[in-house]
Amino acid sequence: MAWIVAKRLGSSLLVIFGSLVLVFTILYVLPGDPTDTMIDPSVATPEVIANLRQQLGIDQPFHIQFLRYLMNMIQGDFGKSLINSDPVLPKILEHFPATLALTAASSFVSVVVGVVLGVLSAVHRNRAIDLIARLIGLFGISMPTFWSGILLILIFSITLGWFPAMGSDGWNTLVLPALALGTVGAGFIVRMVRNSMLEVISEQFIVTLRSKGLGEKAIMYRHALRNAMIPAVTMIGMLIGEMLAGTVVIETVFSRQGIGRIIADGIMAKDLPVVQGVILFSAVIYVVVNLLVDLSYSFIDPRVRRSA
Amino acid sequence: MREAVSAEAVWVEPRQEVQPVRKARRFTANDLFLCGAGIIIFFIVACAAVPSWIAPYAPTEMLPGSILLKPSMEHLFGTDYFGRDIFSVMVHGSRDSLLIGFASVLVGGLLGGTIGAVSGYAGGWVDTVIMRLNDIWMTIPGILLALAIAGALGPSLFNIVLAVAVSAVPGYARVMRAQVMSIKNRTFVRASMSIGASPLRVFWRHVLPNSLSPLLVMATIGIGTSILTGSGLSFLGLGVLREIPDWGTLLSQGRGYLTVAWWICTFPGLAITAFVLSVNIIGDRLRDHFDPKKLTQR
Repeated sequence: MAWIVAKRLGSSLLVIFGSLVLVFTILYVLPGDPTDTMIDPSVATPEVIANLRQQLGIDQPFHIQFLRYLMNMIQGDFGKSLINSDPVLPKILEHFPATLALTAASSFVSVVVGVVLGVLSAVHRNRAIDLIARLIGLFGISMPTFWSGILLILIFSITLGWFPAMGSDGWNTLVLPALALGTVGAGFIVRMVRNSMLEVISEQFIVTLRSKGLGEKAIMYRHALRNAMIPAVTMIGMLIGEMLAGTVVIETVFSRQGIGRIIADGIMAKDLPVVQGVILFSAVIYVVVNLLVDLSYSFIDPRVRRSA
Repeated sequence: MREAVSAEAVWVEPRQEVQPVRKARRFTANDLFLCGAGIIIFFIVACAAVPSWIAPYAPTEMLPGSILLKPSMEHLFGTDYFGRDIFSVMVHGSRDSLLIGFASVLVGGLLGGTIGAVSGYAGGWVDTVIMRLNDIWMTIPGILLALAIAGALGPSLFNIVLAVAVSAVPGYARVMRAQVMSIKNRTFVRASMSIGASPLRVFWRHVLPNSLSPLLVMATIGIGTSILTGSGLSFLGLGVLREIPDWGTLLSQGRGYLTVAWWICTFPGLAITAFVLSVNIIGDRLRDHFDPKKLTQR
């Protein structure tokens, strides 16, 4: 078990390093000069620009810039904002709790709604409840979150006045954004759980269980669901990453102060270190979540534990 | 009671291969969805192709006397703060919205398909290196990557297409690689190699044609995803600023008027949802069709 954890940890570190290289390279290759962001072009003389480029270190060749960036990263220095010279990492950490709360709440919505509907849908296949669950799943993956968010604001804030339309203080500001973002995940999970339940139900061991005279409920919930959850858990891990990214849009819709908002503002202002910082931060979270998901298999699936 | 339930469940659950004779199919809810999806896609594509035949007003025509009018027979989806007819703006705006969806799938699918095919067919260290890179590419969530690229390149239709396409590449690569790898070990491919066909010929004549269907299915569903990502970028203000806004931009412009005019935001979002939903329904059906296990077809 310890060996598996170590191996997975190693490959996760490699992937994080890789995404660091990738993000750095993409933003390096793309056109646009950070100095354009910092100085008004009308007053920028070539000397001023050259001076600033030297200060920022962007007059150096690629590998030197990258090494410096890497060294800073290892020391936890994500650089400074080009706009107001705020260090990037503290800013991310300051805003991360709001995003984490939203991601957690949306994941909760997705998993609960998704698994319940997915199981009901598979158990009552081709009945009305299956049709409704599948339609909800289809709508979930087809609605843009900014639209469902706006509809929720229209109905529950403007018309009914139940929940605030914006802000990030208190649990009641979390309800609508979590619903909007959670619907997407729920859509994916419904489809996934339904498919994998149906696959498991058609296997021979279920027939054996039935012929043994085991009750349908016990077959479904004790045997089929546990087997069907293995692919579903993988997907939930990937969805949490997507949801973290989805906060970019939702935090804008609901005017929440989170890291999604930071990157959206950073991109608008062409504030490169901020954009780099948030993308890398999300990649790290994504890798960590998937590492946890991988390790959780051994708890869900005894076969994995035994093979270790 | 317990016996009754399980007996019934056994009865409705015969495995597919036990029933070789196909009965005449009844028209099911799935077929109904499929028809609806086809009609919606046909209508929206028609809007994009010949907008002036469908839109009752010119998209840029501002009617001074009718600002922020509610939806009515005269203005199906209402009017905005410039007095433009929302329905007409949307009909004309469908062109850009769809173009982003289709073009980015084309670019992303070609790029991802090529990468996946090379990786899967070459195998060995080439495969290992490409797939490692692909995994890394995948750790960066699509919308963030698209945002960063669109933000750095600046707003233009081509840049949005590129941004959305790049974010979708690793998914296509993975699917294509898996399929190529499974086809390349099939007997007919080996037979062709054994009679001396060159690797390139085997690839073009046998492996590629037999590997395309999963990629095509994924590309169909990808049209929906691309439209969602593209309209998300437009919504965040990275879209193309043109006289006729695409759906995402229109929706974003309507946000400021949410309390007085719900229709400006509602209808463009509805159009996006209707189109993506239809694409997904068709994509699902295609996937079931090509799925060897035919799991979800029942």
